[in-house]
Amino acid sequence: MGIIYIMWLRQLKRYWRSKSRMMGALGMPILFLIALGFGFGAIYQKAGGGNYLEFLAPGIIAMSILFTSMLNGTEVIWDRQFGFLKETLVAPVSRIKIMIGRTLGGATVAFLQGILIFLISIILGFRVTNFSCIPLTLLFMFLIAVLFTALGTAIASKMEDMHAFPLIMNFLIMPLFFLSGALFPLDNLPKFMEVIVKINPLSYGVDGIRGALTNASHLGLFFDFIVLFVLTLIVSLIGSYLFSKIEV
Amino acid sequence: MELIKTENLTKKFGKFVAVDSISFSVNEGEIFAFLGPNGAGKTTTIRMLTTLLHPSGGKIKINGFNPLTEKDKVRHSFGIVFQDPSLDDELTAYENMEFHAVLYSLGKKIRKKRIEELLKFVELWERKNEQVKHFSGGMKRRLEIARGLLHHPKILFLDEPTLGLDPQTRNHMWQYVLKLNKSEGMTVFLTTHYLEEAEKVADRIAIIDNGKIVKLGTLQELKKATKTKSLEEAFLKITGRDIREEKASAKDNLRIRGKVFGRR
Repeated sequence: MGIIYIMWLRQLKRYWRSKSRMMGALGMPILFLIALGFGFGAIYQKAGGGNYLEFLAPGIIAMSILFTSMLNGTEVIWDRQFGFLKETLVAPVSRIKIMIGRTLGGATVAFLQGILIFLISIILGFRVTNFSCIPLTLLFMFLIAVLFTALGTAIASKMEDMHAFPLIMNFLIMPLFFLSGALFPLDNLPKFMEVIVKINPLSYGVDGIRGALTNASHLGLFFDFIVLFVLTLIVSLIGSYLFSKIEV
Repeated sequence: MELIKTENLTKKFGKFVAVDSISFSVNEGEIFAFLGPNGAGKTTTIRMLTTLLHPSGGKIKINGFNPLTEKDKVRHSFGIVFQDPSLDDELTAYENMEFHAVLYSLGKKIRKKRIEELLKFVELWERKNEQVKHFSGGMKRRLEIARGLLHHPKILFLDEPTLGLDPQTRNHMWQYVLKLNKSEGMTVFLTTHYLEEAEKVADRIAIIDNGKIVKLGTLQELKKATKTKSLEEAFLKITGRDIREEKASAKDNLRIRGKVFGRR
């Protein structure tokens, strides 16, 4: 059994054992799907946009992955507070491996959460038009999961306690979600909005999932993939560096 | 052979000097007690010896290795029971042990055998599949001690290991540590506020105050030098009777000082 595997396994066990957390993380995405999906559905249809739920579901899948993975990344702070971080940092293993195991574990959990939302959106009426693109969808989902788990870990490595968490929630996670095109189409946006959306990494994840599932990519699937892949590499490297510098 | 050796070891947090140029050495097989009032610099010293904190100055050798450049060799050499809990509450007792065994790359067979042996010893074998969050404080402590011993370290760091344990468990723990000390020649570096414990088990005692070692010697030497009858009397004579401010950590300490003396 390797270090990476045992770190990964630990994240999964923790996820599996706290059912309340699993359920809690489903609440908001389901609420969004129902309230927005059905609430705006009629207007959207009238405006000529087609089926809103069809448009919205990929965005909400990306959202659930974003939330869960950022939360998993910041679990480093809990480990610091409950002391377990010391146990891993004092062991004769490279911190890079610990970081990789952690990130993959957190990302797997977020990925599973995304699949749950995917299934729930199908129950609510989302129709997959292109089944052959499911693997591509999963690839995009996993990339977002790794990217934001690594980002969460990087941020958490510089944080001493949970007090700054609302700050991250309101000034990072929420803007990332709302300004990503998860809720609205990217056509004919005001110029400043378009710029913001294009800076936001989640936009490429949302667009990728949407493109794969419903053939409605705005930015181009290949471009989405390249942007996400490169960003994931960069953020993981920064995260590994910051994590390796933690002192407890 | 000297298993722990420091020369002018120093740690500063901003302007505050937490550990002030201390030099000492601990021999193989020795039980070395490192005593001092709250905030004296004990835990900061342990964190530097165990590669968790970068010293501001001075030299350290652990088992002949340098914690700055040969981290992994140093980390293989010691086990540690931290002052505060460091278990994963969501995992079971067995999983916590297994996790540790993998981190220290113990083979599968040895792993199983030792985990069973140690969990039986700390009397947690019957509850090995329970999540640690359901354990009492004493049980968690016992599990941490078992975990610290799992990879048969040459040096065992015990940072206030018996805090919050009942006399039975304390007794039991010391019996086992002393047994390993005798049979395997395991070196023990101990901090504690229970002076009678140090009195009973320690070969040599260092007393640290305000970041400096103020006395170092055997129990007899300390008592003789202070003309007292017990370690507690000697300790109070050396460090004074004033109550020290209790501080969460050296960093908090720094903040408090910054507020009081700095930014006016």
